[in-house]
Amino acid sequence: MTMSSQAYSLPAPRKRLPRIRLGVLLVLPALTAITLLYALPLMRSLVTAFRDGSGAWTTEHVVRAFSLYGRDMLFSMGVVSASLALIAVMSIAIAGYLTLGATPWAVRVLRWLYRWPLFIPFVVTGQIARSFLATNGMMNNVLVETGLMASSSAQSFLDWRGLVLTFAWKQIPFVTLLLAGAMAAVERSHIEAARNAGASRLRCLFEIVLPQAAPTLWVGLILSMVAMLSVLSVPMMLIAGNPTMMTSMMAHRITYYGDYGIANALGLFSYALTAVTAWFYLRLTLRREAGA
Amino acid sequence: MTIARIASPLVLGALLGLVAFIVFGPLLNLAMWAFAEQWFYPNRLPTGWGFSFWERVFRPRAGAWTSLFNTVLVACAAVALSMALAIPAGYALARQALPARSVIMLLFLLPQAFPNLPIFVNIAAIFYQWGLNGTLVGVVLVHALPGLVYAVWIATATFSAVDRSLEEAARNLGASPLRSFTDITLPQALPGLLAASIFVFLDSIDEFTGTFFVGAPEITTLPLLMFNASMGGNYQVAAITALILLIPSVGFMLVIERFLKADVLSRVGR
Repeated sequence: MTMSSQAYSLPAPRKRLPRIRLGVLLVLPALTAITLLYALPLMRSLVTAFRDGSGAWTTEHVVRAFSLYGRDMLFSMGVVSASLALIAVMSIAIAGYLTLGATPWAVRVLRWLYRWPLFIPFVVTGQIARSFLATNGMMNNVLVETGLMASSSAQSFLDWRGLVLTFAWKQIPFVTLLLAGAMAAVERSHIEAARNAGASRLRCLFEIVLPQAAPTLWVGLILSMVAMLSVLSVPMMLIAGNPTMMTSMMAHRITYYGDYGIANALGLFSYALTAVTAWFYLRLTLRREAGA
Repeated sequence: MTIARIASPLVLGALLGLVAFIVFGPLLNLAMWAFAEQWFYPNRLPTGWGFSFWERVFRPRAGAWTSLFNTVLVACAAVALSMALAIPAGYALARQALPARSVIMLLFLLPQAFPNLPIFVNIAAIFYQWGLNGTLVGVVLVHALPGLVYAVWIATATFSAVDRSLEEAARNLGASPLRSFTDITLPQALPGLLAASIFVFLDSIDEFTGTFFVGAPEITTLPLLMFNASMGGNYQVAAITALILLIPSVGFMLVIERFLKADVLSRVGR
């Protein structure tokens, strides 16, 4: 009896070994590709930021990046923060109405409306903003025609305000889609209990639905931040002079000076900004999970 | 009460009208530019309408056809490359016991979790040494990076959503591992894999930054054509190119829910 069970169990570990090897074999091509196309350039960007022309280690690029482009860094942070604030407010409002709205036809219309910019590429969004927000763009024209603004005070919005509006226009549908999904997953009975106890819809949103959907909102905002710190076309198309987004300055540094050191030092700053935000998010999630 | 009953639909309607204007106004403005023959400040509307700029864009040897051809060719190649790498990887990540699986998943997440401009800049510098700058191969490779990330994540989620017991039944009935994969697993995973392909395709069509550093000026895709036209002040050509770029994006938005089923979406990231 013991003999036979040993005989049966012997081949098992032998069979497991090629299974693991087959799995590794299947992943290997994709892993090689991501190493060559991502890990290698990432290493290069981190190393180049701290190397001078002769290959010696230096912090000169980082120092010069701060002194030359400190204003652009502040500008980028300001634009990103303002955009994120606008995105958060609008997506909470839209997703909240989609979840708690009392008028079915309005909910249906809004659900159909809000998504349109979702898959519109950033380059196209840039061109759209360039024509819509210009002095003679449709926004000013409509404001003047409806009598909300004097025709003489029409001005171009193609500055930091244009960037904020453009980023928000593009990212609100994305964050709203995620947030509305999370809000729909909130237990209906919680909402109904609160409503029966006399809570208004607004109070329901801020005290019951939003706290439960908040982690998703954070994820959406962080992904939006990464997108805004990555996109090159929109700032190049909207902002002509200084200060501008760091992406624009990095491209400028490379196309005009071939200066990879400072460009990569600027890249380092955008990594750091993302890393700090991600760290705050992770700390928040861990604390929430520890509390729950 | 009666006032509120009449007023609240009016307020709602006005708010929704405002949302509609914010969403569609910019798009309408773009469409107007595409058909405007003459539009000078301070006219609120174009003073001449017509198709002459369309003719100019689509004239033979005008560059638009080459860009369109490049765009579609690069996108198809990026889809083929990403899927060829992602299908085996996704299957292994979903089904096989892998050492350091979470590290591998994290590696496939990082490109989307951090700003990608420095990556594209350094890819361009590396490709320059390899002689890949300004070639179609280089552009396909740079498009395959974001493509691969989407493809691996969606493929992994798709394969883990496939019912395992059917595969086991096929194996018990004597099917080879490959046969059970092609006859049982693959057909069930097809909608998810198709969704991944569409994502990669769209992402490649819209890709600007990578092409800007690796392809330009030799390889021009539609986004680059649009960008150059816009920066050169030719709003009509830019608007026409932008409208062409909108077709796949909007089309996809309308069908996305059919492809991405909830059971797959809920498994993304696991």
